[in-house]
Amino acid sequence: MSTTETRPPLAPAATTPRRAPAARARRTLVYVLLSVGLVVTVAPFLWMALSSFKTQRELGASPPVWVPTEWTLDNFRELLDRMDVGQAFFNSLLVAVFVTVCNLLFCSMLGYALAKLNFVGRRPVFGIVLGALMVPGNLMLLPMFVMMSAMGLIDSYAALILPFAAGAFGVFLMRQFIQAIPDELLEAARMDGAREWYIFWRIVLPLVKPALATLAIFVFLGSWNNFLWPLVATNDPGKYTLPVALATFANDPTQAAGSNGVLMAGAFLVVLPVLLVFVLLQRFFAQGIATAGLK
Amino acid sequence: MSTTTAQAGTSGAGQGEAMATKIRGGGAGPVRHRRDRLSRHNLAGWLFSTPFLVLFLTFMAFPIVATLLMSFTDFGLRDVTDPLSAQFVGLDNYTKLFQDEKFVKALFNTAYFVVLGVPLTIGTGLAAAVLLNSGIDRMRTFFRVGFYAPVVTAIVAVAVIWRFVLDPSEGLIASLGHQLGFRTPDFLGSEALAMPSLIVMAVWRNMGSAMVLFLAGLQAIPTEVREAARIDGAGIFQEFRRITVPLLRPTMLYVAVMTTIGFLNVFEEPFVMTDGGPSDSTLTISLDMYREGFDFFHMGYASAMAYVLFVVVLAITTLQLRLLKDKTS
Repeated sequence: MSTTETRPPLAPAATTPRRAPAARARRTLVYVLLSVGLVVTVAPFLWMALSSFKTQRELGASPPVWVPTEWTLDNFRELLDRMDVGQAFFNSLLVAVFVTVCNLLFCSMLGYALAKLNFVGRRPVFGIVLGALMVPGNLMLLPMFVMMSAMGLIDSYAALILPFAAGAFGVFLMRQFIQAIPDELLEAARMDGAREWYIFWRIVLPLVKPALATLAIFVFLGSWNNFLWPLVATNDPGKYTLPVALATFANDPTQAAGSNGVLMAGAFLVVLPVLLVFVLLQRFFAQGIATAGLK
Repeated sequence: MSTTTAQAGTSGAGQGEAMATKIRGGGAGPVRHRRDRLSRHNLAGWLFSTPFLVLFLTFMAFPIVATLLMSFTDFGLRDVTDPLSAQFVGLDNYTKLFQDEKFVKALFNTAYFVVLGVPLTIGTGLAAAVLLNSGIDRMRTFFRVGFYAPVVTAIVAVAVIWRFVLDPSEGLIASLGHQLGFRTPDFLGSEALAMPSLIVMAVWRNMGSAMVLFLAGLQAIPTEVREAARIDGAGIFQEFRRITVPLLRPTMLYVAVMTTIGFLNVFEEPFVMTDGGPSDSTLTISLDMYREGFDFFHMGYASAMAYVLFVVVLAITTLQLRLLKDKTS
């Protein structure tokens, strides 16, 4: 799938030449449209953040209050009282860290094999990776629950980590990046008698650090935001991840009644770390998406 | 270690090392050289593949088969501890499914969600990407980060936020309406408006990922092509229609397939925002499956639902691959 082919027929000649004022007007229009889009995109987040600091009176005020006149931390206090945010945060973090480390290792191992080792069965294995990319997670849900119950792993960290320990997306991404490493480099090491593991660990991995960073971010976020499986695999609130804890809290009719402020405080705590990480590391996102999307 | 490879097609041709040396000494072309040097990695190749393959077999291949088997049984709560005690019921679950008004409604709702949501997501994503690619350099990162922000946040959190945004008394929309002096409807409480509200939210959340992919695709189009078109007198719309759209087709294919798969599996949005209501107007296949499987423990029945959904996903993906690919080749 080449994106650089120059085949399509060009439009027939003639029509108007470009003029400078028109170009400027166009630029202004572009900025206006983009700004409107940005306001629509950001408004719900702003509303959430501002509301989490509002008092109950201002939340329900009519006419509505945008920026709280009276800032309060009551919503957060109430949230911490009712929901074990600390434990859920710890669970999410632990699971995400393990899932990320496993993916970094396993995906780059297979990525290396697919990119640089010619072994019998390489094509079928790559086919499996591509196929796995398309399989919706919902399909595995029921037997996985039975399997985990049979092994006594419901409410265990293992149940939350293992099914996501090696994603097809990561293999695909790492293969793309490792392919770009010149064969001569690996060959030179082989001639010096290096084993494949040494080549992988000491030569390949250091050369694909940016790719590893990209993958780490994507996998971490995917795990952090994952919902359906953690919902199924945990019954004990002490093992809830943040999204499960938040959804359970939000859907509990006895708890959430009349407490939009508390809910927004919860959403704020779930969303804030992720948004911060994203803004700080955004260039790795662009890199990863460009590679993954345009194989 | 065997030196046979599928590509080289040389069966049992002696030691890989020896051959590689011979070829290198003879100064063979890079292609042959490469093939041969690579041909001695069977063991390493499989060792490096093992962790992924073991996890794949345990947590994907086996469950996919198990779901199919379960869908032919009356698998229930008591079978969770003893899976083999489930009774074989043939195609009963499947025949029951299509007489189940709830499920038919869920099918319809999911189709509604996909048919409106996917084109809107692709359209807004493409529009944003084209705007971002139209010669603005300074602010591009700023806008891109903004548009992509909803994609990285947890759907659950986003759904909780939107439930509040759409809240009929305290929500953002209600407040805006109040300021402008009109009454806004109870979006999530209305059978007619609940699903469109979820669609708007899903477009809002997923537009960014389509946009980033399109932006990468746009930037891969060589500037020479655009310049040539302009020199030949193409206007903005001609350039878009004749250059951008055809050259973006591979990206379009990828975005369409991935967005459709995601939308077909919609679960979190109705789970958090409406719980499938009002009157099942936002009940989706995944939500119905979750309820049947984990609220009522009709796990055989739920497995049949999972498979119907999977077949739909496969069929639509194949169709999209056909439709969009044919025109490029």
